Amino acid sequence: MKKLKVMSILVYTESENGKLKKAALEVVSYAKAVADQMGTSVTAVAVNADNAETLGNYGASKVLLVKDESIQAFNAKKYAAILESAAKNEGAKVVVVSASANSKYLAPLLAVGLGAGYVSNVVAAPSSVSPFTVKHSTFTNKAFANTEITTDVKIVGLSNNSFGLVESDGSASVEDFSPSVPESGVTVESVDKATDKVSIADAEIVVSGGRGLKGPENWGMVEELAEVLGAATACSKPVSDLGWRPHSEHVGQTGKPVASNLYIAIGISGAIQHLAGINSSKVKVVINTDPEAPFFKAADYGVVGDAFEVVPKLIEKLKAFKAANA
Amino acid sequence: MHSKIQIIIFIFVHKKKTFKVNHFYMKILVCISHVPDTTSKINFTDNDTKFDTNGVQYVINPNDEFGLTRAMWFKEKQGASVDVVNVGGPETEPTLRKALAIGADSAIRVNTPATDGYAVAKQLAKVVNDGGYDLVIAGRESIDYNGNMVPGMLAAMIDANFVTNCISLEVDGTSAKATREIDGGKETVSTSLPLVIGGQKGLVEESDLRIPNMRGIMMARKKPLSVVEPTETNAETNVVSFEKPAPKGAVKLVDADNIDELVSLLHNEAKVI
Ligand SMILES: Cc1cc2nc3c(=O)[nH]c(=O)nc-3n(C[C@H](O)[C@H](O)[C@H](O)COP(=O)(O)OP(=O)(O)OC[C@H]3O[C@@H](n4cnc5c(N)ncnc54)[C@H](O)[C@@H]3O)c2cc1C
Repeated sequence: MKKLKVMSILVYTESENGKLKKAALEVVSYAKAVADQMGTSVTAVAVNADNAETLGNYGASKVLLVKDESIQAFNAKKYAAILESAAKNEGAKVVVVSASANSKYLAPLLAVGLGAGYVSNVVAAPSSVSPFTVKHSTFTNKAFANTEITTDVKIVGLSNNSFGLVESDGSASVEDFSPSVPESGVTVESVDKATDKVSIADAEIVVSGGRGLKGPENWGMVEELAEVLGAATACSKPVSDLGWRPHSEHVGQTGKPVASNLYIAIGISGAIQHLAGINSSKVKVVINTDPEAPFFKAADYGVVGDAFEVVPKLIEKLKAFKAANA
Repeated sequence: MHSKIQIIIFIFVHKKKTFKVNHFYMKILVCISHVPDTTSKINFTDNDTKFDTNGVQYVINPNDEFGLTRAMWFKEKQGASVDVVNVGGPETEPTLRKALAIGADSAIRVNTPATDGYAVAKQLAKVVNDGGYDLVIAGRESIDYNGNMVPGMLAAMIDANFVTNCISLEVDGTSAKATREIDGGKETVSTSLPLVIGGQKGLVEESDLRIPNMRGIMMARKKPLSVVEPTETNAETNVVSFEKPAPKGAVKLVDADNIDELVSLLHNEAKVI
């Protein structure tokens, strides 16, 4: 008798130095929701991750764990090939990846490998699984589109912090997985990354400064506020163009997108290009001297005031709050 | 893309003329997406199934403009030809002309609407294969559909190396060194041609971008813009409808002398701290 292939939902769970990322738990939670809609189960793929069985707490019933020192550094082509083999072995009809820089790097390669249609920046569970239809942000967060994926295999790129973590009762079995990995013409020479700081992509809270802060010497309070909150720091475009802050902090339509739970804008006017990139953050706070600044129309909470007075006070109050709630 | 044989012959010819060869003459293709200006109000028509182009100004996708400017640098400093390509209808030609005015040598328009990332990549793959390009620079993403997929799909289709979120690119001979932004930092990689880049700010600085001058605009009119017919491709995705974000409630203002209240609102009401 012909063996029927299981038709699970495959999900790529990222780790860093062995530790599973929060986004990995979120994509598993999402995959579980899709699996429930389709009456199937979730298989996670992890590379060199520790404690892979914990993915069971979020709905994975199986983890394919690749342990291979030679691919410690992320390589889009190799990782896409691993996912391609896993998807084919599992007969997966849906593959879920996150919105991290690495996932966005590998997903288009995987899409071609699997002949799968791919939609990125997805913000909700499918509104229908047949036809398979997902809602995703478009026009840099100025709108959403509901898009049908018409191929047999589908890839969903989930926007960070859009689905949240959903715990599950199940448990996951961990299996060693060692597919053949192709050569790649791209070799990592060096990585330059602050290990003590949370990245804008992974951050739950982002503290962002604009031209209203007058100069790079005034960023001490922004960094202190970020530290108190465990937040990432960001900035408006002119601030990075002026060289006050590195380009990697530039957020907005032409910079990085932000989809944090809390976004605090200090001395930022709220130009349309800035707002476009940060709009999918859940809660927005603006601190600005000008009550007419457009940011007040986009924010949930606002303080009309001088950042040089308000921010130190906010730091002080937050420290007190943290001490009281510790 | 250049076959290996073509490259070898080229170097051989150079050697015969006893030139010192550091760079061979690169054929660069820059992919230009025609997108609404960043200040555009986004609206939809036909029961929210179509983007309302009424009153919308179109520009070169900002990520592509950084790539185009880097391509011009290669042309001027190392010797390269720079072609630009767009997949789209006749309405995108002014955007291609602008790229020519900035300095590209010639333009190609694949005469078919850009239905989805896959279909666009498929059309581009044919242009790259037919034109024998060594380096393709596209934008990391377009600012309208934000798919983050065209350059990667293209690279996979033509089996070229691929680096995205690219913030610096050097090419020496057929070797390349690129830096890409990663979450929380950056990473430098070595690779080689043929290569596809997903570019963004950093490839060149904002201040390096060029506004076409009169001479450039005049010259652009005479440069070739060829229209090629599409290969047969089916899109893999299909937009059913668009929606706008739910209108936002009014901002809650907190007095600058009462920051305790802000902390309390963030904790008790917004539940984000
Ligand atoms: C093609 C294009 C793409 C763009 N992409 C982006 C993008 O991706 N991201 C982006 O950010 N911008 C982008 N912009 C730029 C955007 O249009 C704005 O110019 C920019 O966002 C303004 O930055 P800002 O708010 O820091 O500065 P400003 O607009 O100068 O605003 C400074 C604000 O600080 C306030 N202020 C001054 N002093 C104080 C004080 N002591 N305390 C508190 N507040 C104070 C002022 O009231 C003002 O509102 C783009 C523009 C173009 C044309």
